[in-house]
Amino acid sequence: MSTTADTVEKKGYDVEEIRAQFPILKERVHGKPLVYFDNAATSQKPRRVIKAESTYYATINANVHRGVHTLSTKATEAQEAARETIRTHINAKHAHEVIFTSGTTASLNLAAFSLGQLLLKKGDEVLISGMEHHSNIVPWQLACERHGAVLKVIPVTDEGELEPRRRDDATEYFTERTKVLALTHVSNTLGTINPVKELIAEAKKRGGVTVVDGAQAIAHLDIDVQDLGCDLYAFSGHKAYGPTGTGVLYGREELLNEMPPWQGGGEMIDTVTFEKTTYAKLPFKFEAGTPHIAGIIGLGEAIRWMEDYDKQAMAAHEHLLLEHATKELLTIDGMRIIGTAKEKVGVISFVIEGVHHYDLGTLLDQQGIAVRTGHHCTQPLMERFGVSGTTRTSFACFNTVEEVNSMVAATRKAVKMLR
Amino acid sequence: MTLAQTQQELIDEFAMFTDWQDRYEHLIELGKDLPLIAPKHKTDDNLVRGCQSRVWLNAEQRASTSLSDGTIIHFTADSDAMITKGIVALLVRVYNDRTPQELLGASTEFIDRIGLREHLSPNRANGLSAMLDQMKRYALAYSAKP
Repeated sequence: MSTTADTVEKKGYDVEEIRAQFPILKERVHGKPLVYFDNAATSQKPRRVIKAESTYYATINANVHRGVHTLSTKATEAQEAARETIRTHINAKHAHEVIFTSGTTASLNLAAFSLGQLLLKKGDEVLISGMEHHSNIVPWQLACERHGAVLKVIPVTDEGELEPRRRDDATEYFTERTKVLALTHVSNTLGTINPVKELIAEAKKRGGVTVVDGAQAIAHLDIDVQDLGCDLYAFSGHKAYGPTGTGVLYGREELLNEMPPWQGGGEMIDTVTFEKTTYAKLPFKFEAGTPHIAGIIGLGEAIRWMEDYDKQAMAAHEHLLLEHATKELLTIDGMRIIGTAKEKVGVISFVIEGVHHYDLGTLLDQQGIAVRTGHHCTQPLMERFGVSGTTRTSFACFNTVEEVNSMVAATRKAVKMLR
Repeated sequence: MTLAQTQQELIDEFAMFTDWQDRYEHLIELGKDLPLIAPKHKTDDNLVRGCQSRVWLNAEQRASTSLSDGTIIHFTADSDAMITKGIVALLVRVYNDRTPQELLGASTEFIDRIGLREHLSPNRANGLSAMLDQMKRYALAYSAKP
């Protein structure tokens, strides 16, 4: 029987089988089994990823694209294999459209700096949304300041959706001066999945360049950059079961060729004289300096690991956790969930009347439960909902219904202590 | 009571509790005894930077009743989070009405010894070190004055 890559059977979804691959899940915190619900901040890593990184250091550590020696060749091959894995995973046309960065923040800074140089003139507009992470606000503010452009913001509804989705009409936010649309695919605070494809189409009609912050999408949704139609797509490795310090900026080839480099240094040059430097081809033009080779190899392994599983089954499991946790949390007196969009990933932000999120986070930690508290690097969004911060619980494929029940019980206990 | 005695008193007090729940309930109780900051001092200037919850800390210089020529620093504070309020209450109980010199030389080891070690990490969220830095800044400012 012949099999192609497309017909290879994926592993069935068995949460215990998945959990067994994450060494950290055996840890205890304050003497209690760890319940890790801070996956939107960073996900835990399966053994395969940890091993890929350490094997690189133990067996083929060398600088890439420089040496003629065997180790350098092997390291280069391993790094470029990771690039190809990512290309396939996000369905980019070419591997050189995949640029390695240190994370989403670096990807977005690259995008904002370079697009600013290329496109922005006085009075031009950059359109973002009211639910952006600071990483997709501040780089654009800086670019706007440098070039005299204006930052415009698509408002967020009470449910935590973008206005255009409700009104079925995005046109009012776009003008003939809109040069860039920079939008988060999934909100890190609310969990909302935004209709990025529709808004990208809207921006394209007017000739705008489109940038998607995919930090929270990469571990949970199928990403197809060609289907989305975006020009640039940014994500981090560490939120998708990969190592910290890794990230990607996907860019459409034609646009990347036009964009000026962001950082200068080794690897990104063709020839250097003191009068003039010419730049290397893609992707190296945007990869100055020695990359995080071990991390990139680990990221490739993380993507391969995810691809071994049926993504639909994984998403369905996370959705089950989301629905169960939402239902159970709402039984707690004074509970208010911030972000009730129709389409969400497994993220729940909430506030409880009379309970400070810092107190709740501290008391949950005492019970072994890791959640995030605070403004989640989305201060404008906090202001929109009139809160100083929230408690955020965010799920990954290795979490269980039992863990959700523990978290709800622990929350109840904490609330009792605090009231 | 000396600063070291007050620290020991707190260590003994907390030694009675064996589990986290009792320890935190006691910490929350301590917060209720905190000398509260007057509403007029609840200003942005008195906010301690670096805490996830809001903490206001006010310092006043007072003449010492026991030291003939010394001055001491009197603290009042408040927080919108109960555990933070408990933590600031611990610090105030130990460092309140001390001379600037005593305050500048003080250690926070007692926090570890009462089983609240997690609050000593340089984690930006928890703010204990920010509170203590703020207290020491007041002490420095007052010790510089003639």
